[in-house]
Amino acid sequence: MRFSGLKVLKEGLTGNKGWTPHWRDPEPKAEYDIVIIGGGGHGLSTAYYLAKEHGLTNIAVLEKGYIGGGNVGRNTTIVRANYFLQGNSEFYSHSLKLWEGLEADLNYNVMHSQRGIINLFHSDAQRDAAARRGNMMISQGDDAILLSRDQLRDMLPYLNFGDLRFPLYGGLYHPRGGTARHDAVAWGYARGADQRGVDLIQNCEVTGIDIENGAVRGVQTTRGTIRAKKVAMVAAGRSGQVAAMAGMRLPVESHVLQAFVTEGLKPCIDNVVTFGMGHFYISQSDKGGLVFGGDLDFYASYAARGNLPTVESVMEAGVALMPMIGKARVLRSWGGIMDMSPDGSPIIDKTDIDGLYLNCGWNYGGFKAVPGSGNVFAHLIATDRYHENATGFRLDRFRTGRGIIDEEGKGSQHNLH
Amino acid sequence: MRITCPHCGERDRREFYYRGAAVDLDRPAPDAGEAAWDDFVYLRDNPAGPTRELWLHEGGCGAWVVVTRDTSSHEMLGSQLASEVST
Repeated sequence: MRFSGLKVLKEGLTGNKGWTPHWRDPEPKAEYDIVIIGGGGHGLSTAYYLAKEHGLTNIAVLEKGYIGGGNVGRNTTIVRANYFLQGNSEFYSHSLKLWEGLEADLNYNVMHSQRGIINLFHSDAQRDAAARRGNMMISQGDDAILLSRDQLRDMLPYLNFGDLRFPLYGGLYHPRGGTARHDAVAWGYARGADQRGVDLIQNCEVTGIDIENGAVRGVQTTRGTIRAKKVAMVAAGRSGQVAAMAGMRLPVESHVLQAFVTEGLKPCIDNVVTFGMGHFYISQSDKGGLVFGGDLDFYASYAARGNLPTVESVMEAGVALMPMIGKARVLRSWGGIMDMSPDGSPIIDKTDIDGLYLNCGWNYGGFKAVPGSGNVFAHLIATDRYHENATGFRLDRFRTGRGIIDEEGKGSQHNLH
Repeated sequence: MRITCPHCGERDRREFYYRGAAVDLDRPAPDAGEAAWDDFVYLRDNPAGPTRELWLHEGGCGAWVVVTRDTSSHEMLGSQLASEVST
């Protein structure tokens, strides 16, 4: 089934009876060439690009819950390529380019909206840092515009230009940044992978990884043993538990990051706005809800819900920055579990076990990386070589100290990134 | 979430700074080698369940506290002063 304007019109006029399920619900086979542990955004996009770009289709994606039920449905949907350091910048640039062609590629409306992102700054020193970051983004081939205070006021007149504790000096504007519909990204990749022959196995939790003589042989699951020539671990949020089944300890600590959404309002916030000094960022969904969040709760957690101090801090920062949102009523809040790595950058690498691959450590940045991560991980799994835009995400960079990608210079403490 | 300080009793989480897993109590020797330092600085058990971690009661008595806490439920399972923990 292909989506088209004509199809939507026809179905609308004939009672929407012609739609079919977007993917099959197959029984797991006894053996696959590749088993992907984790049916989140990254696992699904990995399967999709393995099938599309490498012609590998004897693949199963094993998901312990349901497609779209994990972190891919528990984020704030921001898409951007505004990184500073080599290692990160070429990767996120690659990912953003994939986003820009994604809807046509998947024949699926992921509601990718390049509404622009504005990172606020509040001092001369921060302006210098923003200018430097913008220059790095431009030299990477992406876009960045340094906004003065007056230009910022023209674009975002609703910000508090009066008595904000950190006065507004301007912003770094990244016009190609924006948002996408998170569920649709999962569904689009799932459908695309399924159409190419990949088996998406839901309600199938991996309980063991079979390793013989230093090589992976398959996995044990709640739906039986599945043999595989290659196994890919893509279970951010639960990376440590999955890796432990292969006898590995990871440089990851799991933390809860909360987010919030208000009742639907008429359009009022046109862009994504980030207020780093207050640990607050916001955008408005196409449904009208203000989607916003802040920083981690800062303690290790798998609870997928946080505590009140962070809620209060986020609300205070938001109302201080944009007093107009003070009357909006918050509908709900949620928490996603972040793989916090010691340098704030992800890991996409082979392991010491033949045929076992690892993709984890996405910190807060997993959603925008969904296309890029799957694309470069598929390349690594298919060819055993690093993709040219993802040569830096090595697992051994911590042990050796070579190639640390610490974007903010925070040091090795996991929760400070 | 409330944390029990052995000196001050049960206090609001806001009074505490979170350092991380309680590995700091077992710092390797400077010449212990790459693997030992990798283990200490970067690698974590990161369990979904009971874990031991270091919190500083910075808004209170200033003590380092070893807290045993369930990361799946946020339940507090015990605490003791870091200075009284033998490694």
